[in-house]
Amino acid sequence: MAQSNNSIKKILTVAFALCIVCSVIVSTAAVGLRAKQQLNQELDRKSNILDVAGLYEPGTDVEKAFEQITPRVVDLRSGEYTDQFDPQTYDSFQAAKDPAQSRTLSGEKDIAGLSRQENYSTVYLVGNPDDPEQIILPIRGQGLWGLMRGYLAVQGDGNTIEGITFYSHSETPGLGGEVDNPRWKAQWEGKEIFANADSVQPAIALVKGGASGETEVDALSGASLTSKGVTNLLQFWLSPAGFGEYLARFRSGIERQAVQDASTDSEGA
Amino acid sequence: MSDPTPKGVLTTPVFKNNPIALQILGICSALAVTSSMSVSLVMTLAVMFVTAFSSMFISLIRHHIPSSIRIIVQMTIIASLVIVVDQLLKAFAYEMSKQLSVFVGLIITNCIVMGRAEGFAMTNSPGLSFLDGIGNGLGYGFILMTVSFFRELLGSGSVFGFTVLETVQNGGWYVPNGLLLLPPSAFFIIGLIIWALRAINPEQIEENEFKMKENTQPKEAV
Repeated sequence: MAQSNNSIKKILTVAFALCIVCSVIVSTAAVGLRAKQQLNQELDRKSNILDVAGLYEPGTDVEKAFEQITPRVVDLRSGEYTDQFDPQTYDSFQAAKDPAQSRTLSGEKDIAGLSRQENYSTVYLVGNPDDPEQIILPIRGQGLWGLMRGYLAVQGDGNTIEGITFYSHSETPGLGGEVDNPRWKAQWEGKEIFANADSVQPAIALVKGGASGETEVDALSGASLTSKGVTNLLQFWLSPAGFGEYLARFRSGIERQAVQDASTDSEGA
Repeated sequence: MSDPTPKGVLTTPVFKNNPIALQILGICSALAVTSSMSVSLVMTLAVMFVTAFSSMFISLIRHHIPSSIRIIVQMTIIASLVIVVDQLLKAFAYEMSKQLSVFVGLIITNCIVMGRAEGFAMTNSPGLSFLDGIGNGLGYGFILMTVSFFRELLGSGSVFGFTVLETVQNGGWYVPNGLLLLPPSAFFIIGLIIWALRAINPEQIEENEFKMKENTQPKEAV
């Protein structure tokens, strides 16, 4: 070879050429596939939402099924809808990190182990947005090993649970990891969040050794801390600190309905 | 191996010179991804792709790589290929890429890839290096698939996601072995595979590097 491979000039040339070639390849792959990746993430999120609402089966056209779902942004403090953010683009996880859009939680108030909570959150309404069949709430909290993120589907009465799902968690496989088990998740259907129509604090909890009653669900066997985490995160997100104020609107709706029923009954009698 | 042949470089890494069982390389990912067979299969394909193409590209430019920066050059090529694989998985096998999470990215640090680049591709032709990469990917995959077969069958009662042993959690009779779902269990299975391979090929048994002293007699301190 005319020029030694180890001359400074050769080293710089090889290094420079290699960097150019590699960076072109990497950036082509990253930019070229970005649209498809975002689509996948979006589809994944939507299929999780459909799944918790019981509208998803393998082979479902996710985009089409998602048309019956309306996302809305809710102000957690007042329970009112807000038009301040676009529900399609609002990211509550980002907001929870922004001091201007979130509040700190500490001590006893932070049972779900979040340390920061966003002021606004996105809910998904199934059916008619003014009188939804189901309300899907994003929930999250600490399990045994890390943050568990999921959705809870509540019926239009703001009290009866339709389903629960965790789409990201790092619990022990075979024990706490059974939060993914369809048989365990099936128990949630029909359970009630609140013990009484006028109670403010949610009663729903996981209990060991056979759940009885409408507000109890069987704990995961061999996974006390994961079960405790699930209970805590539900207690947190369904309390007035979470979606309590928002759910109250639907729960008072039932009472109105009940009053109407009673009056029609008496008319009938 | 004095003179590598195309058939030789493809088959020897599977049993005779297995990267995991003989060279004990790439154990980290073998522990992490083997709790389910389908995940292991995708990981194997990813590693095979990266090893084959990185070896080929490195071999192509081997006469121009200055020896002072050769490791950096190899790493750059390997890292670029791994990023491409990661991006492809995210775009076309999203579910799979979620399960593999960081382990695709960690192929960069997989000693098998680096070892083949430095040990084989730097001194052999591109075609042979490519086949050598495929062969080592096969060797890696052979161990991965065997380990994941046992882990998935005994840990979750299924093979490739199809239920074989109905577990108690799903209303069946089989009480799954929880240990096999955890990464350390792969150590046991890899250990057993190494034992089996060395029983079949006794020439794989390494000579002791030092001799343990015979049992010493305990004596009272003077």
